[in-house]
Amino acid sequence: MGVFAIRLPDVGEGIAEAELVEWHVKVGDVVREDDVLAAVMTDKAAVEVPSSVDGTVLALGGEIGDMISIGAVLIRIEVDGEGNESGDVEAPAAATVEEKPAVLEAVAEPTPKPATKPVAATEAVAPVKRAAGTKPLAAPSVRARAREEGVDLRQVPGSGAAGRISHADLDNWIASGGIQQGGVTRGQNTGVEEVRVIGMRRKIAEKMAISKRQIPHITIVEEVEMSALEDLRAVLNAKHKGERAKLTLLPFLMRAIVEAVREQPELNARYDDEAGVILCHGGVHVGIATQTPNGLNVPVVKHAEAGSLWDNAETVARLAQEARDGTIKRDELSGGTITITSLGPLGAIATTPIINHPEVAIVGVNKMQIRPVWDGQQFQPRKMMNISCSFDHRVIDGWDAAVFVQKLKTLLETPAMLFVEG
Amino acid sequence: MTDLTCKLLIIGAGPGGYVCAIRAGQLGIDTIVVDSGKPGGTCLNVGCIPSKAMIHAADEFHKIAHMNDGPLGISAGAPRIDLAQTVAWKDGIVQRLNTGVSALMKKAKARFVTGQARFFDGKTVEVTHGDEVQQIRAEYVVIATGSAPVELPFLPFGGPILSSTEALDMTEVPETLAVVGGGYIGLELGTVFAKLGSKVTVVEAEDRILSLYDKALTKPVAQRLEDLGVTVMTGTKAQGYSDGALQTDQGEVASEKVLVTVGRRPRTAGIGIEELALTQDGPFVKIDSFCQTSMRGIYAIGDVTGEPMLAHRAMAQGEMVAEHIAGHAVEWDKRAIPAVCFTDPEVVTCGALPGEIDDTKSSEFPFKANGRAMTTERDDGFVRVVYREEDHAVVGLQAVGAGISELSASFSLAIEMGACLEDIAATIHAHPTQSEGLQEACLKALGHALHI
Repeated sequence: MGVFAIRLPDVGEGIAEAELVEWHVKVGDVVREDDVLAAVMTDKAAVEVPSSVDGTVLALGGEIGDMISIGAVLIRIEVDGEGNESGDVEAPAAATVEEKPAVLEAVAEPTPKPATKPVAATEAVAPVKRAAGTKPLAAPSVRARAREEGVDLRQVPGSGAAGRISHADLDNWIASGGIQQGGVTRGQNTGVEEVRVIGMRRKIAEKMAISKRQIPHITIVEEVEMSALEDLRAVLNAKHKGERAKLTLLPFLMRAIVEAVREQPELNARYDDEAGVILCHGGVHVGIATQTPNGLNVPVVKHAEAGSLWDNAETVARLAQEARDGTIKRDELSGGTITITSLGPLGAIATTPIINHPEVAIVGVNKMQIRPVWDGQQFQPRKMMNISCSFDHRVIDGWDAAVFVQKLKTLLETPAMLFVEG
Repeated sequence: MTDLTCKLLIIGAGPGGYVCAIRAGQLGIDTIVVDSGKPGGTCLNVGCIPSKAMIHAADEFHKIAHMNDGPLGISAGAPRIDLAQTVAWKDGIVQRLNTGVSALMKKAKARFVTGQARFFDGKTVEVTHGDEVQQIRAEYVVIATGSAPVELPFLPFGGPILSSTEALDMTEVPETLAVVGGGYIGLELGTVFAKLGSKVTVVEAEDRILSLYDKALTKPVAQRLEDLGVTVMTGTKAQGYSDGALQTDQGEVASEKVLVTVGRRPRTAGIGIEELALTQDGPFVKIDSFCQTSMRGIYAIGDVTGEPMLAHRAMAQGEMVAEHIAGHAVEWDKRAIPAVCFTDPEVVTCGALPGEIDDTKSSEFPFKANGRAMTTERDDGFVRVVYREEDHAVVGLQAVGAGISELSASFSLAIEMGACLEDIAATIHAHPTQSEGLQEACLKALGHALHI
């Protein structure tokens, strides 16, 4: 028998450490080669670390939320035959680490239990009012149980001498649902749930803070008449129904961006503010802000300028699905040069999108709705949609930003221009 | 030295720290305890335990010395004491308990690191041991650094000026001893030396000794001190020491040694607490009902968090903190913390004193009417109950009397359980014991005491 230490592999270029976000095994588990041991979070994505050996887990190298250096021991596994390290080496450390999972389980569930259980009311018990500051009379065991059940003992009537609350009183109170007779109590909910900002959420928080702290945003909101584009989209979807991916607004918008940045390449760029260099890209790599169960993700459609409407539509659909499933590859989450953010029907009238640093522009899509538009003689019902675009005002002047937004508006309102050369 | 990491780091292995470590260990929390001294802290090494040993020795000596004067018909020769041997015996007990505490922590799988701890940041502590510095990183840190005797600028410790620590290690009984500060520590140790034959003078700035308690409670102690030949100078301020005499504003007090027991201050200096900028409550570290300080993940327990500076309070806090870290639904909701002065006679208090809470009354039962007290030649003192007039809930219990420290358990149990006068009155108390006084005090409050 030997001890095999699996070290955290290099999960991404230029990363020195990664955050441990999930253990798939615990001490004592038997693992086979290729079984997933743990998941770590890099700047871009969660990466699963597989086992390279068969054996039994001896010790875990960290707790969820810990930052683990690349190359640090992630896990120790007892294997048949020789391991890759002496069993005695750092044995004390391993022994202490073994204790951790038990603690984790205990700590991992601080979720307060519901204050009252919805049991068929046996007998409604009226809460009592005690003078502020006086503590309810109850034995320590009753007090402890009340805390565990989330019951405020000050509300509970006591049947004992001097209003002492017994276990039976507490039972009655819980069984009755703790509801005051003849009305609803609006008690103060003093509960506070502690939610640790770890993993994906921490990444998002850091990223947003960088964007908002470093980039002076200028946001322009413009109104776009979508009737023509929506008609075109309906026709195309009807024509290719069942054969091709359904076209959403996104591929059209991507095409419009491709066209618009052709004249303003400084908007399709990554600004390295430390080096003082703006890298204006030839390829248009459009990030699509996507809501996933773990939080905001931005998969990138590479070379949107090279794809057809349907190519881009398919890529967006695939990336969004993979992002939601958590199976997306790391390189599909990086390298964007401009980003689209759309909340669909939740898109509001206007938003102030935050630029995906180090990009310099983001196009926000607001909700489409029929609004009355004055055509010079009368009001016409038109499909209208606002776009809210933010720019890095350090390198994009307001004038250029406005030109870009107007260009987008023109392209979207006259969709034929999206497909006409020159 | 290799740097360490753990989930819970406890600074200080006193009663708060070591109990926290044991409980954390039981809960499977990876725990390290750091202390520059031996485990057990002030309480075990230079406080509660050694002082009780010396009190016992002095009591035994004094009993024999005065046996011939007593009513029991026993005659004895004049006793002699080899104080060095007494101190060695006391040190043996301390050592046994040191070993015991170490073993308990080890059994709970808590690691003990010897060295002086200092916060590096909120999650990292540097431990210095000799020339070596070790870093310990922890998810949670508990400050359990305790307290130290207060020094008077005009009576700096050293030479004949003793703190309680040195007083417990004296190998010769001084001819004369001045005790500055008539609180419980000064009186306990002053009584020890009075019983061993020193001429003891207590110098107290307030107008009476044990000024935190009411006059009725302290009167039997004052009477006993007088009987033991101790001079008590109240309303007197010490000013300095020279030529074998303590200078006071009421004249000189000849004293070979001066014991200064004017209180204890929290040990917050030198461990980097200032840099962390934890919110203070006066000189103490401010804590909430979970013993959490103003910084996330940092807890504080024991004397460093304020009054009452008592070992059992620290222990209960330590236990609760470990459970809190393990995610249990706990909160500091103790109704009362008992306090015992091992003076002669002993004083026990638990909960409210008379008049401390509105609409309460009190009732006393004197040991003069207690058979057991008479048979031990000590019928001084009484038991007292403080109760709410409205519903008879017991909110305070006190007693003064020889050997009544053990009554403290009944007192705190009654208050924690939310007992009423009727509960205690209806509970059979064994005869003949001093504890009957508790039942009788309650009966008396209800208007039907049986033995008075």
